Amino acid sequence: MAQQSETRSLVSFAQLQRGRGKVIYWTLLTVVVILFTLVFIGPLYWMITGALKSSPELAQTPPTLWPADPQPENYSDAWNRLDLAKLLFNTFYYAVGALAFQLVLDTAAAYALSKLRPKLGNLILGMMLATLMIPAMVLIIPQYVTVIDLPILHISLIDSPFSIWLPAVANAFNIFLLKRFFDSIPEDLMSAARMDGAGSMRTLWSIVLPISRPILGVVSIFAVTAVWKDFLWPKLVMPSPETRTISVGIYAFSGGTPQNVVVAAAVIAAIPTIVFFLIFQRSIMSGLTAGGLKE
Amino acid sequence: MAIATVPGAGIDVGSQAPAPVDPRRARRNRRLKDNLTGYAFLIGAVICFAFFSWYPMIRGVVMSFQRTRAGETTWVGWDNYDRIINDPSFWTAWQNTLYFTVLALVLGYAVPFFLAVLLNEFRHAKGYLRILIYLPVMLPPASALFLFKYLAYDPSDAGLFNSILKGLGLPTSQWMQSTDMTMPAMVIASTWMNMGGAVLIYLAALQNIPGELYEAAELDGAGLWRRITNVTIPQTRLILSLMAMLQVVATMQLFIEPLILANGAGSEDSATSVVYLIYQHGFFQNDLNGAAALGVIMLVALIGFSAVYARLNAKQD
Repeated sequence: MAQQSETRSLVSFAQLQRGRGKVIYWTLLTVVVILFTLVFIGPLYWMITGALKSSPELAQTPPTLWPADPQPENYSDAWNRLDLAKLLFNTFYYAVGALAFQLVLDTAAAYALSKLRPKLGNLILGMMLATLMIPAMVLIIPQYVTVIDLPILHISLIDSPFSIWLPAVANAFNIFLLKRFFDSIPEDLMSAARMDGAGSMRTLWSIVLPISRPILGVVSIFAVTAVWKDFLWPKLVMPSPETRTISVGIYAFSGGTPQNVVVAAAVIAAIPTIVFFLIFQRSIMSGLTAGGLKE
Repeated sequence: MAIATVPGAGIDVGSQAPAPVDPRRARRNRRLKDNLTGYAFLIGAVICFAFFSWYPMIRGVVMSFQRTRAGETTWVGWDNYDRIINDPSFWTAWQNTLYFTVLALVLGYAVPFFLAVLLNEFRHAKGYLRILIYLPVMLPPASALFLFKYLAYDPSDAGLFNSILKGLGLPTSQWMQSTDMTMPAMVIASTWMNMGGAVLIYLAALQNIPGELYEAAELDGAGLWRRITNVTIPQTRLILSLMAMLQVVATMQLFIEPLILANGAGSEDSATSVVYLIYQHGFFQNDLNGAAALGVIMLVALIGFSAVYARLNAKQD
């Protein structure tokens, strides 16, 4: 994967190809690769095999590297006892819905703020960005009170997926990322489209969005993982066992369930995100590096 | 929403078509229409912000001065603040949270930047290392924390960390059972879970540093360290200071780590965080108003921090 053509960084590539530089480079690389593997894959391995151990084996000193008597039934136990199929489906449903709402509404908003620039646009953008300074947890109580009894409409969104989908749209970071990317689209391109008689919607759809694929990928990944990883908010607004997310479900069951079964459930909860990540890692990485946060 | 079909919309038609409308009015119409389209595109997001961000901000302040009992809401002045400040866990929660923030800043701020600088030098295994470091970020925190709780921080010698420490001939620890180790243990778990995002963001910033700068610095005889302090850090300063800010705001919201690892308060309140106290008051002590008051206190503290931080940053320039 060596790329000689890229711009040089702290140490020039030539320096790393000769003599002492080469030795240091390869030693360091090897050490880092081994350390990273141990630090980041090790715990996952420990988790997957830990869930295969019997309870006495889990408490054994010193711990076994590989379960002496693997018990795959811990996984099926977790699956059935916690109704993981239901929990996984719920979480998936909330994540996809939040993604759809964010893609449509946040992209439209960012486009308006970047290209259409209505009069109060900067004020609105400022008010949106101001929310970035407000830690989510500080707002959790009034947000909860709002969701119980929505002002004006006087409906409760408790146990309704909208209580996850709609607050997800109020994500200033995503709007900021999108707007910044849209800002980098040359004005010439926009006025050319206008000359050709394309309306705002048309310009967004056939010019802005195709160029913005990398940033849309990043925002999508953020949107999905945010819902999948969120804990306190879904715990508060999705209290029924039927509507719980997977993280909340595991937590709710952790009290009266054997440790190895809880860990097995935690492994199962992590599988979708890991698979998702391995599929989309290219767009996550290149999205973040290529367009996401360019200075 | 095809604006081009509306008469007088495009000034570009001026060349062929005899303009029946006076151009100033056309421009004004055009601007009005652009504005309307702009608001139409914004409305969905604005409504969501209004309901779930802006309104709750105001509501939070208002309800911190009210008390709702049996469906009846009355103004109580500073009573909620009084009650929350006199909660026996109040100062402990702040101490713990600040301690966590500082520890996480030492570990979780310097380490990712160092790793990013290192990774940026590698010409091999780049993809693999990046995937590894980002992997924990993708795990649901609840999953990762049960891993730490049951398998890594097991206070007996059967735990992963204790068996490693024992293998290295180091003293073992009681981890979450020890009041001294509670916070460091939470910081380790939290850093492991969250570091990847920061590393990737730093990597992106590092890649935007023009190579000529390093070239020039090297020609001027700047060694490795000088190149880091004179090129790398100044060139990434904006993102570095932004990330420090974001990290403090994020770590001050410490919640799920104490909830799962320490069952909330931990031994002798050693894990109680401010947000955990908010949660306690709001949902277990039937005191949403007191919880809101604590939220406002936290907000004021963080705004104060931000102001001081921005000031210091501006002074540096």
